Amino acid sequence: MRISKALAALAVAATSLATSALAADITGAGATFPYPVYAKWAEAYKKATGVGLNYQSIGSGGGIKQIEAKTVDFGASDMPLSPEDLEKNGLMQFPAIMGGVVPVVKLEGIGPGQLHFTGGLLADIYLGKVTKWNDAEIAKLNPGVKLPATDITVVHRSDGSGTNFLWTNYLSQVSPEFKEKVGEGTSVKWPSGVGGKGNEGVASYVQKIDGALGYVEYAYAKQNKLAYALMQNRNGKYVSPTDETFAAAASNADWKGTPGMRVILTNQPGDKAWPITGASYILMHVKQEKPENGREVLKFYDWAFKNGARMAEELDYVPMPANVVQTIHASWKKITDPSGKPLV
Amino acid sequence: MTAVLDNVRFRAADPPAIALESAPRPPMLRNNALMDAIFRNVTRFFAFLVFSLLAAILVSLVVGAAPALRKFGLPFLWTADWDPVQENFGALVPIVGTLATSAIALIIAIPVSFGIAVFLTELSPVWLRRPLGTAIEMLAAIPSIIYGMWGLFVFAPVFQIWVQPLLKKTVGQVPWIGSLFAGPPIGIGMLTAGIILAIMVIPFITAVMRDVFEIVPAMLKESAYGLGSTTWEVVWHVVLPYAKVGVIGGIMLGLGRALGETMAVTFVIGNAHEISRSLFAPGNSIASALANEFTEAVGDLYTSSLIELGLILFLITTIVLACSKLLLLQLAKREGTVA
Repeated sequence: MRISKALAALAVAATSLATSALAADITGAGATFPYPVYAKWAEAYKKATGVGLNYQSIGSGGGIKQIEAKTVDFGASDMPLSPEDLEKNGLMQFPAIMGGVVPVVKLEGIGPGQLHFTGGLLADIYLGKVTKWNDAEIAKLNPGVKLPATDITVVHRSDGSGTNFLWTNYLSQVSPEFKEKVGEGTSVKWPSGVGGKGNEGVASYVQKIDGALGYVEYAYAKQNKLAYALMQNRNGKYVSPTDETFAAAASNADWKGTPGMRVILTNQPGDKAWPITGASYILMHVKQEKPENGREVLKFYDWAFKNGARMAEELDYVPMPANVVQTIHASWKKITDPSGKPLV
Repeated sequence: MTAVLDNVRFRAADPPAIALESAPRPPMLRNNALMDAIFRNVTRFFAFLVFSLLAAILVSLVVGAAPALRKFGLPFLWTADWDPVQENFGALVPIVGTLATSAIALIIAIPVSFGIAVFLTELSPVWLRRPLGTAIEMLAAIPSIIYGMWGLFVFAPVFQIWVQPLLKKTVGQVPWIGSLFAGPPIGIGMLTAGIILAIMVIPFITAVMRDVFEIVPAMLKESAYGLGSTTWEVVWHVVLPYAKVGVIGGIMLGLGRALGETMAVTFVIGNAHEISRSLFAPGNSIASALANEFTEAVGDLYTSSLIELGLILFLITTIVLACSKLLLLQLAKREGTVA
């Protein structure tokens, strides 16, 4: 019985391999954060065009390595590469999807949206300088909220991730001390706290530990009904994390004028801008050795920008605004086949 | 007693083998000789495949770790810093975490496993032995990620609400060792990881202990009972000395599993790169650091430092195995039964 089952599974695997080889699927690898939306787009795209997308969410670091080694048609990274790195490896990048990172707490009697934070306060907490919930610095921002004398248990990501990058990039911008002592990156040396693996790990620690403070992608905060906090943005306004405030952060950014579209969406100006927003990037070789594959990738993202916004919103992602999509289209012109002719 | 038995067995087994080898073969068996040769060579090839795999893994680990080995040298082993932004790496925290959690696991698992094995072989009614033994073997078959999830979602909250405050109030007040049980009770941490590991290795140690206790000749035990020994005296003075080689083997098997355990530990250890005196505090182990950071490690030095961590784990396990072999040899020598 078991053997026949295994054989059946093998047969299925073999046939799916065979069909995928026929349909000339697009292959991609990289960031885990956009995986759910890429998977959803891929499913719809396959229905619409018959071309499949095989995306392996192995992490941004892995995605960068894979595209450098040319084992995939595109790589994906939550942290944009610097113009020098792009130049060095003959790569180009464009943003494909956005999301926000949200501070979440577990505190007796505190529900979603009740606490108010500033970036400076979060930096002090993550530096281990503010250790009790009834600290004067927290109380000052939250008049009228009853804060217990509980210890703050800081929760951070233990694995390297784009979420870490956005969080530490933001804290480094608002706190010189954080920038000097910790710095920004997909993995950093945390001065204090416990580490959870993945968004789900952080979410579960925050749910379990009384007095916990952590940060997760917006979708996890929403789906797990975690008590998120409001953030003060660059204009001094308190905003709550919604699709609207994430999009507001993206709309004010200077995508066109920034080399490699390397726009970091943290701490953006605008009354409605959520301060910890970020885009996930697609990496491709400027000179395509297999132009037909490169063309398929561009077709896929062209289709996704046109038809995928609704699907992205359903999964609590933020689609790229129309004006940014235009800039992205313009950036595709520099992708060429081996003879130097543009693909699109 | 064992020595004599062993010698007899060896002598009885050897001569026929030689006789077969030298005896002239009937013609119809000539084909079989060819088959034998093929069979022998194929099996030998498989056996040597293990050797070459081991060597290949070691070589690739060393090659992968080369940049970190060159940059940090030997101080890598006792540097506590782990800073991916400044690219400064040291292995002290994960090494300590790995050894500490495994030590906690063995401290808990050895007496418990011993108790279970004694009960199963000496005290349990016969009808209960089989279901109990099967239950323990089933525990060994549970995938480690299940232990991790159970540890995080079921055990950690219970531990946080009931056990940790109790430990803090009692042993936490004892001078010197009290600081091991200090700090805020958060449910996860080194102690939790150690306990989960203990639960995971108990079935392994128990199964081996039970098997070796069972082969203790009934005559020996009956003689001791006949002289008026209590069950405890029989176990301590007769069963354990007779079976100690197997017992140590079982413990080493458990230790090997504890050292390399990844997912279950990652779930509950807290994954913080720091060393704290308190066992309540979060820490990190080599295996969980690898599981956490390998996917998103950017840059050669970061990746190769992680690979060097893997190399260190490899060496630790090798040293543990070597020590257990030495220990067994030492034991055997003392009894004059070196094989």
